[in-house]
Amino acid sequence: MAEPLIKVDDVSILFPLGRRLIGQPPMLRAIDHVSLEIPKGSFYGLVGESGSGKTTLGRAMLRAAPITEGTIRYNDGEVDYDIGSIGKAELRDYRRRAQLIFQDPYAALSPRMTVRDIIAEPLEVMGLTKTRAETDARVREIAAKCRLNLEHLRRYPHAFSGGQRQRISIARALVTGPKFVVADESVAALDVSIQADILNLLKTLQRDLDLTFLFISHDLSVVAHVCDFVTVLYHGKIMEQAPTRQLFADPQHEYTKCLLSAIPSLDPDNRQRARVYRPEGETAG
Amino acid sequence: MTETPLVEVENLTIQFKTDEGLITAVENVNFHIMPGEVLGLVGESGSGKSVTAKSLMRLNGDNTVYAPGSHIRLNVPGKAPLEVLEIKRESQMIQIRGGAISMIFQEPMASFAPALTIGKQMVEQLQLHTDMSKKQATELSIEMLDRVGITEPSRRINQYAFEFSGGMRQRAMIAMALSTKPKMLIADEPTTALDVTIQAQVIDLMKDLVAEFGMGILFITHDLGVIAQTADRVAVMYLGRIMESGPVREVIRRPAHAYTQGLLNALPKLDDLDAPLTPIAGDIPSPLERPRGCVFHPRNPTLQPGSRYETEVPPMSEVSPGHFAALFPEDIPGAA
Ligand SMILES: Nc1ncnc2c1ncn2[C@@H]1O[C@H](COP(=O)(O)OP(=O)(O)OP(=O)(O)O)[C@@H](O)[C@H]1O
Ligand SMILES: Nc1ncnc2c1ncn2[C@@H]1O[C@H](COP(=O)(O)OP(=O)(O)OP(=O)(O)O)[C@@H](O)[C@H]1O
Ligand SMILES: [Mg+2]
Ligand SMILES: [Mg+2]
Repeated sequence: MAEPLIKVDDVSILFPLGRRLIGQPPMLRAIDHVSLEIPKGSFYGLVGESGSGKTTLGRAMLRAAPITEGTIRYNDGEVDYDIGSIGKAELRDYRRRAQLIFQDPYAALSPRMTVRDIIAEPLEVMGLTKTRAETDARVREIAAKCRLNLEHLRRYPHAFSGGQRQRISIARALVTGPKFVVADESVAALDVSIQADILNLLKTLQRDLDLTFLFISHDLSVVAHVCDFVTVLYHGKIMEQAPTRQLFADPQHEYTKCLLSAIPSLDPDNRQRARVYRPEGETAG
Repeated sequence: MTETPLVEVENLTIQFKTDEGLITAVENVNFHIMPGEVLGLVGESGSGKSVTAKSLMRLNGDNTVYAPGSHIRLNVPGKAPLEVLEIKRESQMIQIRGGAISMIFQEPMASFAPALTIGKQMVEQLQLHTDMSKKQATELSIEMLDRVGITEPSRRINQYAFEFSGGMRQRAMIAMALSTKPKMLIADEPTTALDVTIQAQVIDLMKDLVAEFGMGILFITHDLGVIAQTADRVAVMYLGRIMESGPVREVIRRPAHAYTQGLLNALPKLDDLDAPLTPIAGDIPSPLERPRGCVFHPRNPTLQPGSRYETEVPPMSEVSPGHFAALFPEDIPGAA
């Protein structure tokens, strides 16, 4: 197995739940003693119930959510960072190496910037290009790779549909040439054809540019096709970790089985009611 | 006795004034929804699904032009029929929004004000459209959050949208939209942020409401599996036009149009993980360069160069009872 690019060691992340006028509010353990290793060059899947902590864990790896307990390390062979205690100068360097593709393409794009400026912004903020011509060339190259219509670069994002906007945020994330990309539900808003297209694109980019992906998704059939390895989260805890093929062929955990059985069937005559997972010890109702 | 449709859409054409000129987002669209019926609307990104949905509530931007001859008729039981596109006063529309018709928006973040708690917004909306007291409205809101699978709803109701995960925001929005028990629900990609188990729960809840009091649903999604599980009929849209429509079983089992076939073919298959993912070839054209004839012809691999689809708009031809496709009659599968 390749060296881990990301090593998560016994991490917990806590948030206050609700408000109290006096004293401490109760705390929510969004991530509960999680350990995992993301091999360099892999397409690593993170699946689980809504609210199970996938986004929180992904953001913690990017230093965008607090790490309450435990450590997260990033080591690409050039640099070795302890994300929880990373310094300012190192963080600036890390921002170029690790990027996020957002879950919600509507919240992510500034309405006052043209598509060109949105994609160019990370390059300009980080000073990665020297001239406007160089920036433009890079923007056009990545926009074309993400199959954005180049005439659209002058437009504002409000005029685009959900799927079109998601391609803009993918282009923006890849423009700095990162090594590690957290893709949070990046294809959920896309129709099946563009989804297939973007997934093929992400896989090609992964091979060509030696990228490592943390791929957060609800869509198990997509995960089955693109990921090498999968971790299943439930209420902040790891239920199961396995190579993709093994997980789909022979799921071990009850929750994983429940997830697999809930994939909507394409057969209109095979309609089923939801099967709700109840952890052992918890009673129904 | 024949029932009246809840919504009738006729010759709907929607254009937008932009710096680059007038662009056509929806062209000549027809459909209807009966009480207790779920109509699925699928199609590629940018095909005009959201614009169509928003037009039912007149929620498109100020630069919108509804072409002459476009009709949207609402027949809410117990109320006079309403020509939506002829409404002049905003106040008339406000009474309908969130009351008789509810919409679940594609962008959950935009639907909640960031500075108000989820609960306050749910309660306000209920009080606007029902005679409930604050206490009753709060109780119902908590119950609805529970029904969409949000745990500890009585605590969660006092949180702000940013404290919810993506899927929790989407569920809160669904709970809010359903709490007023609307006659007609427009659900724009309501389950994209949900994992399959919760998605199944939410879909069950919607189906229960359809059965309980005859709610009609326009269900927009790109997930054909979800359509197969929920819809009675489905309409497939491309570049603002309906390419195929009919009973869901027929359309999924025997798709007549190359576009529908392409969408089905692009689905990742669970029984063969090595199969490559196959997108529909070619790019969606810019809205400024709408193809002549059948809008799908430049990407249709089954057409020969010089075919009539390059210049003539095909009619909606009946493939089997209630199943229509934008094809010339000679191209109907099984036609001689
Ligand atoms: N206010 C507007 N001004 C100009 N163009 C617009 C406006 N609103 C929408 N459009 C355009 O109308 C077309 C249809 O958009 P719509 O949002 O309906 O797509 P959609 O089918 O919902 O796609 P998705 O699956 O990505 O959500 C797009 O090309 C979009 O850019
Ligand atoms: N900033 C925050 N403040 C308080 N609670 C938070 C915050 N961010 C996340 N949470 C809580 O942490 C838990 C995990 O949320 P997270 O967004 O990681 O879930 P997720 O697995 O990504 O879910 P989804 O699939 O719905 O996006 C949720 O209960 C959420 O309410
Ligand atoms: Mg999330
Ligand atoms: Mg849309």
